[in-house]
Amino acid sequence: MSEITAEADRLTGLAIVRRGLSLSPAIKDGLGLTLVLAMLSTVGGSVVPILIQVTVDSGLGDGGETRLSDVAWYLAGAALLIIVTGLIAYWMRVRLFVASETGLAQMRVDAFRHVHDLSMLTQNAERRGVLVSRVTSDIDQISQFLQFTGIMLVVSVGQIVVATGIMAYYSWQLTVVVLVTFLPLFISLKWFADRLSRAYDIVRRTVGEMLAVIAEPVVGASVVRAYAIERRTQDRVDAGIKGNLDANVKAQRLVAVTFASAGVAGGLANAGVIAFGVILGVRGDLSIGTVIAFAFLVGLLVGPVQMATQVLTDAQNAIASWRRVIELLDTPADVVDPGNTGVSLPGGTLGAHFDKVTFAYPDGPDVLKGIEVTIEPEQRVAIVGETGSGKTTFAKLLTRLMDPTSGAVRLGIPSGQLQSGEWQDISTVSFEELRKHILMVPQEGFLFDATLRANLLYGKQDATDSELKDVINDLGLADWYAALPRGLDSQVGQRGESLSAGERQLVALVRSALADPEFIVLDEATSAVDPQTELRATRALDRLLDGRTSVTIAHRLSTAENADRVLVFDAGQLVEDGTHAQLVNAGGVYSRLHASWIAQASLASHTVVEPA
Amino acid sequence: MSDSTTKTPDGDLGSDDHSRITRRGVSLLGRGIRDEKFLFSISVLGALLFGAMTVADAWVLGWATDHVIRPSFARGDVAEGALFAAIALFMAVAILRALGVIGRRLIGGIVYYRLVATYRRKVTRKYLALPMSWHHRHPTGQLLSNANADVEAAWAVFMPLPMAIGVIAMLVAAIVAMLAADVVLTLVGLVVFPALFLINVYYQRWLSPKVAHAQSLRGAVSAVAHESFDGAMVVKSLGRESDETERFKRVTEELRDANIEAGRIRSMFDPLLEALPSFGILLVIVLGIGRVASGAADPGDVVSVSYLFTVVAFPVRAIGWVLGELPRSVVGWNRVESVLDERGSMSYGEASLEGTGPVALNVEKVSFQFADADRDVLKGIDLQVEPGQVVAVVGATGSGKSTLTSLLTRLVDPNAGTISVDGVDIRDLTHDELARAIAVVPQGTFLFDDSVRANVTLGGDYPDEDVWAALRTVQADGFVSALPRGLDSELGERGTTLSGGQRQRLSLARALVRNPRLLVMDDATSAVDPEVEQRILKALAAHTSDADGPTVLVVAYRKATIALADEVVFLDDGVIADRGNHDELIARSADYRNLVNAYDLAREALS
Repeated sequence: MSEITAEADRLTGLAIVRRGLSLSPAIKDGLGLTLVLAMLSTVGGSVVPILIQVTVDSGLGDGGETRLSDVAWYLAGAALLIIVTGLIAYWMRVRLFVASETGLAQMRVDAFRHVHDLSMLTQNAERRGVLVSRVTSDIDQISQFLQFTGIMLVVSVGQIVVATGIMAYYSWQLTVVVLVTFLPLFISLKWFADRLSRAYDIVRRTVGEMLAVIAEPVVGASVVRAYAIERRTQDRVDAGIKGNLDANVKAQRLVAVTFASAGVAGGLANAGVIAFGVILGVRGDLSIGTVIAFAFLVGLLVGPVQMATQVLTDAQNAIASWRRVIELLDTPADVVDPGNTGVSLPGGTLGAHFDKVTFAYPDGPDVLKGIEVTIEPEQRVAIVGETGSGKTTFAKLLTRLMDPTSGAVRLGIPSGQLQSGEWQDISTVSFEELRKHILMVPQEGFLFDATLRANLLYGKQDATDSELKDVINDLGLADWYAALPRGLDSQVGQRGESLSAGERQLVALVRSALADPEFIVLDEATSAVDPQTELRATRALDRLLDGRTSVTIAHRLSTAENADRVLVFDAGQLVEDGTHAQLVNAGGVYSRLHASWIAQASLASHTVVEPA
Repeated sequence: MSDSTTKTPDGDLGSDDHSRITRRGVSLLGRGIRDEKFLFSISVLGALLFGAMTVADAWVLGWATDHVIRPSFARGDVAEGALFAAIALFMAVAILRALGVIGRRLIGGIVYYRLVATYRRKVTRKYLALPMSWHHRHPTGQLLSNANADVEAAWAVFMPLPMAIGVIAMLVAAIVAMLAADVVLTLVGLVVFPALFLINVYYQRWLSPKVAHAQSLRGAVSAVAHESFDGAMVVKSLGRESDETERFKRVTEELRDANIEAGRIRSMFDPLLEALPSFGILLVIVLGIGRVASGAADPGDVVSVSYLFTVVAFPVRAIGWVLGELPRSVVGWNRVESVLDERGSMSYGEASLEGTGPVALNVEKVSFQFADADRDVLKGIDLQVEPGQVVAVVGATGSGKSTLTSLLTRLVDPNAGTISVDGVDIRDLTHDELARAIAVVPQGTFLFDDSVRANVTLGGDYPDEDVWAALRTVQADGFVSALPRGLDSELGERGTTLSGGQRQRLSLARALVRNPRLLVMDDATSAVDPEVEQRILKALAAHTSDADGPTVLVVAYRKATIALADEVVFLDDGVIADRGNHDELIARSADYRNLVNAYDLAREALS
């Protein structure tokens, strides 16, 4: 994410956790107590070895001279301790689940809101999928870590510390024996963990590759059939599946080996304990119960060591996820809402003024260069230019979807002086105020998976059904609306797919009319729709723009021809400015563009299709 | 397909369903075991070895207590022979157990991954074999998840399965070992083990619907985020960020509550399952003291039985995992099976076409109806096109234009009538010959996650000059040579992203490079800039007017495209309403006039 600050990049794993916790107070507050409880909860498991030692040493080991009464208090104490630590474990876990889920839900919402405040979202469609994973899978990963791996880590460490402590209390010599047998494994843990995390990286990569090729026979089904490439497609899919299988098997191998070696170390430790324990015991340094208790204590070490590589790998993944979310939250919202401190826009229909406006994407060349232009109120402006000429950037700056790199965009009434109070730099106007006055209608009529009503109300939440119908009538769409089987209750489907592309545009127009701004910026649709809908849309659009200031990114001849004024962009510069009549024969960029439009639309002769 | 289309994917299984699910689950297990007989057997052997060695470990400790530790302490002298034996036993058990772990975890894992891979291959093979009409009936998202998430879910139960089988053997062995030690102590095992088993069963019964619920909410959270970010322009320009955040917050909080609810269940059961074996050990000690005092048992027996409880406790959970996974696996399997059970495929003939160069196209009395529709999309179409001719098909949305192009490449077959090229029914052609002779450029562009070259050649053997020539014709040579690695530049997810117009041009080049004898274009330049489109059309015209140039059938919206044609066929509501050249049609058909002049009309409406 090049647009995103690299600050979080430099933080170490521990610093990421600390920073992540400070961003989620719900997790941080009371975490200390939760950790203490987690440590305490490991005590229950250590009761058994001690009890074994006491029982054996009270006479059992000598052949049954123990009486129950000798150990009754120990048994009762142990039972109590097991119950208490069980309750502590329950309490600790509930605290952890509640705290982490609450904190992470908040973080999810914060990150979601933050994404909407980043201009990147509207600049770069490819990034959207990545941004979705920030508020979904990345946070899921952190939650998994906090609730399972993280707590396993704390409990494991606790268990190792408690077990080692008890061992050391019983006999430092035997403790050394046990630790030595586990030493090679401890040392190689990091190595295993690194290998494993690399293996999982490969697994993830192969999953991506596999998903891409599996999509081919589904999404590209008609191409595959039309070109008879079933065989080739199958081979690609098989290769993708095989790559993923191999990567998974490889990772699985490492997991199995670490698990198995922890068990071998346990066996070695037990053998060592018996051998050295007996030798030490014969010399009188150890009791018989202690030796047996050691075998039980070794058992407490095996589990944590078995899980250690898995814990380390999961922790790395979770920290990587946490880092990505923090990076996102740390990225400053580049287009800042002045909120309550914002100024108001003057009443009346607004015009716009671009004052030496230049724009470049971070680390990119200038997309717009020193644009200087004033748009009069109620003027219908068409913007014309080739792909990449800067016309879309112009529209986005005008609606403050982005801010200029230098210069200023102002809205106001041009009757006064440019610098007078009649003009306001749009970066000083609150979003709420700004959006009452100026509205961008995107090229694709994007609809949400809801009813037609809900989609229309997106323009004005508190509009009544009769208001909606009035607007529909005003735009001349009554006949279209009447033909909808379920009227305002029609479900539009995902992205509005139950409606045709043309109908989606109609919905977008009604939505905009309902919002009723004085200034409309419109990216004209290029996709072909059927002529009847086209006719409706054109008529509705005309009525929508009537009496408002408008700037239309024109893809059609008729739009430019009918505009009060045409602005022609080329390579980031405003190269021509005038009416269609003035520009069409001026021999400039517009003349050229117009000629190709004409060629497209005209059928006067077939000369057009002959080789140039 | 009814199972896969229902909206309750997981969980919420009524209690009536339990026996049905168990039946389906057992047959699913049977199928997987049959498919991977050999490896599965090895993994089960591994699990059995693991289970046996876990019990043996406890036995060795008991044996060492009675034969090494106690005698040595009693004699004040190390019982060397027995000590060496104990060390050897500990090590042997540990190594055998490690082998068991490897068998269980590694081979068991491989069984799961292989099953997933096998069924992914089966499902995608079905996708490739089933006719387009089937594809049209099934949403893309569903088919992708059938091949991915559903296949994984179906076999997920195989991950813990070997261990669970091993555990059952382990419990039996543990009881046997206890019986060998002492009958009374065995009673403790007979109480504790079934209790562990039952608690695990209830744990999973209780937890698994909660987990499934949380999982579906996770999907909902993701859906809201996707939609909201995709509609960012609308959200932003209408100032709805806060409302969107509110909407996202609602589903996020639902997910939070669901996770906490599942968490509470876990918080309760996990400590309980940990504490239970410890209580078992307390009981063993209480009873054991008496048994040893009465001489009925050795101290080693008490140690051994106690130790058994500590080692058995964790593995027992595998049974719970299997039971928890089974309902989810059954749901996944139902969906996978619904694809595998589909029958039908396109059948192709044996014939080839003679000669080279453009072909004559003859469409005779062709009618077509979609499977679930009640009326014909095309009604008795008759259309003859001479070799080398360029025909434009013009018609309103829904008039049947795209359907006609699908029929020509046999993406679908007509319900009545025949389509032939050079007198050969296209149903008699081999699949390869059909693809060689007729190339279609569809309305929507699909690019493969592959290089530019591969996207044009599709694996065919075309020299680079031919690829470049095709790219030149469609005005794509400029941007392709500007790509960092030219023809070898990767497209798709991790490669270069192209604009809609650029994608469309590659799709055109894909058709042209093959030198088809009939070229079918379905509104194939809609996303291209007007100026570029103009250049493409010129180059295409030059290409098609060659003696070797293809016969062309082009679905057109724009007049410039219509201008390419020798003849225009005007489709209206599934019938050919009129045909002739453009001027004739303009002169005699009001509907045609309205249609092609729609933009002009729209303009008139304004003035």
